[in-house]
Amino acid sequence: MRFIVSLILAVWAVTAAAQDWEERQVFASGAAQATPLRVLSSTDIALFEPVLQSFLARYPGVEVEYLVTSTASLDTYFRADPDGYDVVISSAMDLQLKLANDGFALRLEDVSHPPRAQWRQSLFAFTTEAAAFVLNRAAFAGQELPTTRQGLIRVLRAAPETFRGRVGTYDIRASGLGYLFATQDARASETFWRLTEVMGALEARLYCCSGEMIEDVAAGRLLVAYNVLGSYAAARGDLGGQIEIIQPVDFPTTMMRTVFVAERTKVPGPAVDFLRHVLALQSADAGEEGYALPPLAGATGEALPSTIALEPALITYLDQLKRKTFIREWESAIIQGP
Amino acid sequence: MADAVQISGSLRSRLTATLIGGAAVLAVLLYLIARTYAAQIAQQGQDNVLGASVTSILDAAVVRDGQVEVDFPYAAFSMLSTPADDRIFYAIYQDDTLLSGYDTLPKAAATPGDVSFDTGSVSGAPVRIATASRRMIGAELRTDITVSVAQTQDSLSGTLTEIGRNVALFGAGFFLLAVALSFWATSATIGPLQRLTRSVMQRGPQDLSPVSRPVPSEMVPLVSSLNSLMGRLDHSLRQSEDFIAEAAHRVRTPLTTVRSYAETTLQRVDKEENRQALRSMVRAIDESSRAAGQLLDHAMITFRADHLDRQPLDLVDLVQDLVQGLTPVADMKDITLRVHGDAVVPYAGDAILLQNAVRNLIDNALKYSPGDGAIDITVKAGPTPTIDVRDEGPGFPQADMARLPTRFARGSNAAGIIGSGLGLTIAQDVAVAHGGRLVLGNDPKGGACVSLSL
Repeated sequence: MRFIVSLILAVWAVTAAAQDWEERQVFASGAAQATPLRVLSSTDIALFEPVLQSFLARYPGVEVEYLVTSTASLDTYFRADPDGYDVVISSAMDLQLKLANDGFALRLEDVSHPPRAQWRQSLFAFTTEAAAFVLNRAAFAGQELPTTRQGLIRVLRAAPETFRGRVGTYDIRASGLGYLFATQDARASETFWRLTEVMGALEARLYCCSGEMIEDVAAGRLLVAYNVLGSYAAARGDLGGQIEIIQPVDFPTTMMRTVFVAERTKVPGPAVDFLRHVLALQSADAGEEGYALPPLAGATGEALPSTIALEPALITYLDQLKRKTFIREWESAIIQGP
Repeated sequence: MADAVQISGSLRSRLTATLIGGAAVLAVLLYLIARTYAAQIAQQGQDNVLGASVTSILDAAVVRDGQVEVDFPYAAFSMLSTPADDRIFYAIYQDDTLLSGYDTLPKAAATPGDVSFDTGSVSGAPVRIATASRRMIGAELRTDITVSVAQTQDSLSGTLTEIGRNVALFGAGFFLLAVALSFWATSATIGPLQRLTRSVMQRGPQDLSPVSRPVPSEMVPLVSSLNSLMGRLDHSLRQSEDFIAEAAHRVRTPLTTVRSYAETTLQRVDKEENRQALRSMVRAIDESSRAAGQLLDHAMITFRADHLDRQPLDLVDLVQDLVQGLTPVADMKDITLRVHGDAVVPYAGDAILLQNAVRNLIDNALKYSPGDGAIDITVKAGPTPTIDVRDEGPGFPQADMARLPTRFARGSNAAGIIGSGLGLTIAQDVAVAHGGRLVLGNDPKGGACVSLSL
């Protein structure tokens, strides 16, 4: 009996360890007997490394294992093993808020953060990032660039043959952030559905992540990518010549990247230090250059009206029935092929 | 000496304690009632929002193609945002099957068309749960949809803590105010009693007049009995004074008769031992008569002292008149009466009493002065109007000095000298009645010195 239990545990451990990470890297300052800190994140290492390095410079006694996966699988992995991670960072505000609501986030009473940018003293926002159109610069040369969704619809309709198969957006079934953007877009305006219809008619290609979409736009495989994280695009300085990033002016859907300390962390000290460090670096008045992530806007004063509010209503679209309905609607709009 | 009064508590402390105790009970009661009421109202507020949320979810339920769809609005949960960021949980059941939401939320039975509220807990967190259900009827489908929405109560308890603190502060303030008021009320209530006590204590020993100051109605029985007690006391004192005066008068008249008979008989008797007896008799009669006279004087002074008839007068004038009247008596003993001091000493006093007092003092001096001497009477205006009478007699015996001014007390060297022991008493009573005093002393060069200062 004991053998079987051990076997099951061993198999489970192997499966757990063999999770399919997009990126995985251990950052250490080389100090002996460093405290291991497991950070589960949806943010690419390229964007987050400066933050990690500055953390290590200040806290050399910590060894950070940085695990990157998509927002949707991040939620799945963490729920499956809430003991296994110390800090969780994700851009999917709704999934993060649901984790906090479900009691997975440690309450930190003495972390001071603007009320708008934190929920329940357990979930803290540290960036403000807008969803953008990313366009292939060459394809739009000499044309007036669309600045609204209506404008984008007009451009796509005007030259369907040019854009067929060359527009891309998030596959909201696979991407938590894509789902968040889509649902918030749908809340804001019916134009989202018309745009989705139009993209569906043009045999839109669906992506799991912003990075690939940006690369495809740069390479000319895509001409238009919709609802891409502008911050990721802007961070790709090397592609600056090929792509054009446009913040829609009609309703710029803006999300805040959030971080929390796992409720069951075994190293609350370093985990809270890490969280504080991230918040301090990303506060608008930190004034330090060189970090790829945009800071938390309006941390000190004005709230951006289009920023998705960090409130329990975010779990609305995570409801199974609502999600099923929404995805069915979306599928029928975006997938029009045989 | 009066017996020590038995003390049983204090009216002031009892009253204060009762008032403060009452205020404390009221303050605590106020706190409890206000808190309970606030809790009810706050809970009502949360229930209203939870009810609205449940209703909006339930309203979104539709049957499509034999399937239940609940496309509830974003507002269903955004209305549940609270300042304390309360957690929310919900569950949507079709009959007994969980369609969506949290299976950890306790399932509550609901009557259709009615939102029911309950308190429970979800994974250890206490929550308020609103539940409602609705019967859906579609083609070949008949089913009950039950929706529960739960919310933690952090914001509510935060509000309650704040209200509780404010109400506690309010109650404490109310209590402090009541304490201050109760001290004030107690002194206001005890005040008349203290004023009465003071006015009774400040009375002169002879003052037995009724209390005339108005008193609160509750004190009327006490004051009336006090007044009636004093009235009876006054009456009986007056009676005894009257009795003494009457008795003295009745004794003096026959004594005068007896004395004149004795004098006449003395003229006629030749035998020396009989004359001797008669002389003793005459002297005894004189003594009795004088005592009776002084008793009369004393009674009169006691009476007048209560109702002083103050008139402006000149003490020097008054003394001169007396000296003039007494000069014949002094001449008989070859004693010179000399008046010294200021020329005019104006004073407002009762002339009859003052005359009586000074006459007694000069009388005494005459009695104890050896023949061929002098009595010096000094009248001074300052610092207080004073009349000194100084003789050349033996002086007061040192041991008796303190008791001499009491009634019927006589010096140990007074044997053989006619006297009643009332002279100094009268002088002292007059001095006290005028707010002054009588000081006895001896002159280092010999002789007694009595000083009547007013």
